[in-house]
Amino acid sequence: MKYVSEFRDKKFIVPLVAELRRIIDRPLRIMEVCGTHTMAIFRHGLRAILPEELELISGPGCPVCVTSAAHIDAFIDIAARDGVRVAIFGDLFRVPGASGSLARAQSMGARVEIVYSPMDALTLAEKYPGEEVVFLSVGFETTIPLVAATILEAERRELDNFTVFSAHKIMPPALAALLDDPELRLDGLLCPGHVSTIIGAAAYAPLAENYGLSCVVAGFEPVDILQAVILLAKQAREKRSVVENGYARAVSWQGNPRARKLMSDVFAPVDCQWRGLGVIPASGMAIRERYGCFDAEKRFAIRLTEAPEPKGCLCGQILKGKKNPADCPLFAGRCTPLAPVGPCMVSSEGTCAAYYRYARV
Amino acid sequence: MKPLATILLDHGSGGRASQELIRNLFLPHLDNPVLACMEDSALVDTGAGRLAFTTDSYVVDPIFFPGGDIGRLAVNGTINDLAMRGARPICLSLALILEEGLPMEDLQRIILSVQAACRGADVPVVTGDTKVVPRGKGDKIFINTSGIGLVDGDVQISAMNARPGDAVILSGSMGDHGITILTQRAGLSLQGDLTSDTMALHRLVRKMLDEAPGAVHTLRDPTRGGVATSLNEIAEAARVSVELEEGDIPVKPEVGAACEILGMDPLYLANEGKLLALVDKDHAGRVLDIMRSLPEGADAAIIGRVTAGPAGRVVLKTIAGGARIAPSLTGEPLPRIC
Amino acid sequence: MCLAVPMRVLAVKGNENDISTPRIGIVEAQGIEKEVRLDLVDRWPAIGDYLIIHAGFAIHTLDAEEAEINLRLLREMAAGVAGVTEGDKGSP
Repeated sequence: MKYVSEFRDKKFIVPLVAELRRIIDRPLRIMEVCGTHTMAIFRHGLRAILPEELELISGPGCPVCVTSAAHIDAFIDIAARDGVRVAIFGDLFRVPGASGSLARAQSMGARVEIVYSPMDALTLAEKYPGEEVVFLSVGFETTIPLVAATILEAERRELDNFTVFSAHKIMPPALAALLDDPELRLDGLLCPGHVSTIIGAAAYAPLAENYGLSCVVAGFEPVDILQAVILLAKQAREKRSVVENGYARAVSWQGNPRARKLMSDVFAPVDCQWRGLGVIPASGMAIRERYGCFDAEKRFAIRLTEAPEPKGCLCGQILKGKKNPADCPLFAGRCTPLAPVGPCMVSSEGTCAAYYRYARV
Repeated sequence: MKPLATILLDHGSGGRASQELIRNLFLPHLDNPVLACMEDSALVDTGAGRLAFTTDSYVVDPIFFPGGDIGRLAVNGTINDLAMRGARPICLSLALILEEGLPMEDLQRIILSVQAACRGADVPVVTGDTKVVPRGKGDKIFINTSGIGLVDGDVQISAMNARPGDAVILSGSMGDHGITILTQRAGLSLQGDLTSDTMALHRLVRKMLDEAPGAVHTLRDPTRGGVATSLNEIAEAARVSVELEEGDIPVKPEVGAACEILGMDPLYLANEGKLLALVDKDHAGRVLDIMRSLPEGADAAIIGRVTAGPAGRVVLKTIAGGARIAPSLTGEPLPRIC
Repeated sequence: MCLAVPMRVLAVKGNENDISTPRIGIVEAQGIEKEVRLDLVDRWPAIGDYLIIHAGFAIHTLDAEEAEINLRLLREMAAGVAGVTEGDKGSP
């Protein structure tokens, strides 16, 4: 696949690893913010070839993992109602709230459809005019503009049986909240590639300035990740902390203004509960009043009731990069991908699931 | 682990959930030495020779797909389960569970397909059954086939026979069937030349066993759960490790691309016309040549080796030069956006 | 957090600034074709361009020039390392 296979080529990877080993001159703690980075690092077995001085910590960038139990329970509540069909991304299917998962709800009779695109949910609404079709939407800046475009398309098609439940979240407030934690020691941030396609590399400038933190935007192939880590190691060595773009083919400094406009036309920031991190001001995206008729929370009069975090679960600390999955007393015992307790075990890109699947020996 | 309160789709995925169901419910209550082997077919000693016996149910949606249909799948799948113990398939049963309202035309098409598959494989259906359930209580058509085969006196094929040093051979590209079915389901709308690989493999097995006697230790058709799950089962049964070379595993470019788009791993996608052979390393080249001489094995490749590492561990050496564990499938593979 | 893949544009339907008709691209990778929405792509694509596709939408028109610059640097680095290794062998 063009622009994929070249960036997996061993003939580049071997010298890049050698270069990294040459540059790295002290232990470095780097957070890969994005869950897709976590997955790529495991999938390509990169930990086996990275220098020991490099400690990679997984951040809060898995939208499914940080979706609060209250949201999941509300999703299940809607899915279980008569005349409702819910559409979801496959990632959400097995995620547990306090009252089970959508997979379990389906086994009890709920109509749950897995879609590839939010537009497929619109198609479902047209196919089942007698039902309420609800798109249960999780995602960051990469995904939110798509959902905005889908809502505009629903308006254009005058669909009155389609709504969206927005559990969307945006990255910069969460990163700032994370970095405000004095216990978190970091030498650099591997910034999420496709979120940056939308928000632009410029979005990290305040982090670099205010927290003195090196930020490098990275793509998702092994070569991309290594190149970005090398840039971070160089900054550490030269005691600089600036924003660099290591994924220029997909990310520009300014990002995608058209997508951002769509997003802010349809959605407005609200305070939002993150699983494991608590409420972060202006970190969620709610559907604006103007598009209120497409808002599932309004149509179904949903009130979120926050459930306590599961006992013993360290996901909150793990999402902050303070603890490793292996530190958790539940890991691989009571909490496995088949019977997940915490969010990090649920999503295939969750830190615990990735550790369970690929790193556990 | 505490028993789950209801059956989920994951329990039929062929991955860990299925294995736990078997281990925690079926085996404890139905235990006997033959069942406990947990192979693709049971081998029953009749006194006059060894009988291979297997059964499988087919619930695929859609029932017609590029490269085949539920009828052909039901014939080939059961023939393959017999072949994976080195048996010569003798005959099949065919049991149909039909949903009220199924178009007769569809049923006829499926039966013609069963006929063609049986003739092509030279294995007849010798008994059958039909039940009809009310509309909404089934999904168009479910098929169960059972099969009987005979195992020659000197043939010893079992997952337990894999030993360190063995070469791991895959008879062709992986993931074709799984990705074809997935992309046929509503909502994904990927177009392309994706075709199920459903195929009977008993002639390929026969040739391997006849022309390289004693060389093949283990055979397994990596259906649900894919290559990774099958190798985990073998590695557990034989108390060995398996080391795979990602770059040597054949994946068709279109299958690879569909996997990238949908976020799937072809190691976990079902195959319906492929086999894994664990072969004495000194004879691996010869077995590979034999396999490649037949259309069923034209794209066969050595994809890894058995090692004396920890029991049940499968390690994938990645094209990037790294390494990772490739465990069993957890639940039904789903497309993802993250 | 966001899986997205580059796919090549085979055809474009609709106009960049006309939102009254659907703006759709047909994209391809290794013979796999997919219809995607172009509602939010930053640079209107031409046939042959590569789009970054996420969940059925193009989120970016890939900057082929940037990709080539990167690949050229990588090739130079790979060649350079090979050269250094050769040289090392000769030294005492």
